[in-house]
Amino acid sequence: MSIMDHNGGSVIAMVGKDCVAIASDLRLGNQALGISSNFQRIFPVTDRIYLGLPGLATDVATLHERLRFRLNMYTIKEEREIEPETFAHLVSSTLYEHRFGPYFIEPVMAGMSKTPSGGLKPFIAATDLIGCLNFAKDFVVAGTASSKLYGVAEGLWEPDLEPEDLFETISQTLMNAVDRDAFSGWGGIVHVITKDKVITRTLKARMD
Amino acid sequence: MAADTTAARSIVKMKVDEDKIKTLSPHLLMAYSGEPGDTVQFAEYVERNIRLYQIRNLYALRPSAAASWIRRSLAESLRSRRPYSVNLLLGGYDTATHDPHLYWIDYLGTISEVPFAAHGYGSYFALSLLDRGPLEEGLATLKRCIDEVSKRLVVSPGNYKIKVVDKDGVREVEL
Repeated sequence: MSIMDHNGGSVIAMVGKDCVAIASDLRLGNQALGISSNFQRIFPVTDRIYLGLPGLATDVATLHERLRFRLNMYTIKEEREIEPETFAHLVSSTLYEHRFGPYFIEPVMAGMSKTPSGGLKPFIAATDLIGCLNFAKDFVVAGTASSKLYGVAEGLWEPDLEPEDLFETISQTLMNAVDRDAFSGWGGIVHVITKDKVITRTLKARMD
Repeated sequence: MAADTTAARSIVKMKVDEDKIKTLSPHLLMAYSGEPGDTVQFAEYVERNIRLYQIRNLYALRPSAAASWIRRSLAESLRSRRPYSVNLLLGGYDTATHDPHLYWIDYLGTISEVPFAAHGYGSYFALSLLDRGPLEEGLATLKRCIDEVSKRLVVSPGNYKIKVVDKDGVREVEL
């Protein structure tokens, strides 16, 4: 019934040991009717920041275009790549600008941020549709299967997972949650961001 | 790409030879449905703008670029005082990369590139048939979809217009 559930779809991000992961399903629907099983809602922002945009599909495209524009303006003005914390506030302010006629999206971000000593540490964040930021230390969820994702993630996640273990944890969390949600599913995609590379894998999931 | 040719108002068929597929450029087709009035107005707006681009730049927009432009028009319209309620299918042949594209677009500005697509009441029959049907036998599978809609849909329309776009451009075909 809600406009947030019109197209379906869910995103989750998790912190590991010197790595982060972000994953989403691939369904685009029109209420209960499935339209596409290859709808990408996670976008690379920089080499080490990824952004997931679950919610109304028209706003996925619109917000992605808008954020790409604001990010390019930032990069040109500052002559450097944006940091994940700064990017989270950019997303937040972009959404709050539309406080009384919002984009129906609840963004989820995952990335590696620079530390003062020159190292990299994992970063995840999520906001609601008007840009209220949530910086979590463990995992963040959003989308039509968010309540299920909370439950499964709470049971499976543990601190300091290595990239391969984090991949397994986030994949199982996503698949088991979206299989219980009628509006999410139809395949999945996982990105694991480590210090020096990003591992992207598509998941073979239930197609019903 | 196929669309029925009925223009109805309430329960009355007003016209039985309405063309609902516009040729936007030599290698681009757009089928449209939705609120009567909005559909033709928006389709002509798109048609003229795509033509203007072609005149100014001496080459046509590629299917992906045209799709993005049309999506944006609908998304901007959605948050205006009176949005267009038009649903579209955009099919085109990219003459630069030599591959076909099909886009499913709805009045909200939702866009998705898909192997097959449908709008309207017939979509429930057509999509489930296409989930299994052989997509390689394009026109034969398309005919099966139309036949299925004629067979199962209570208010099935009588006639269809079918257009094909490939490397040689746009042509109309009879089944």
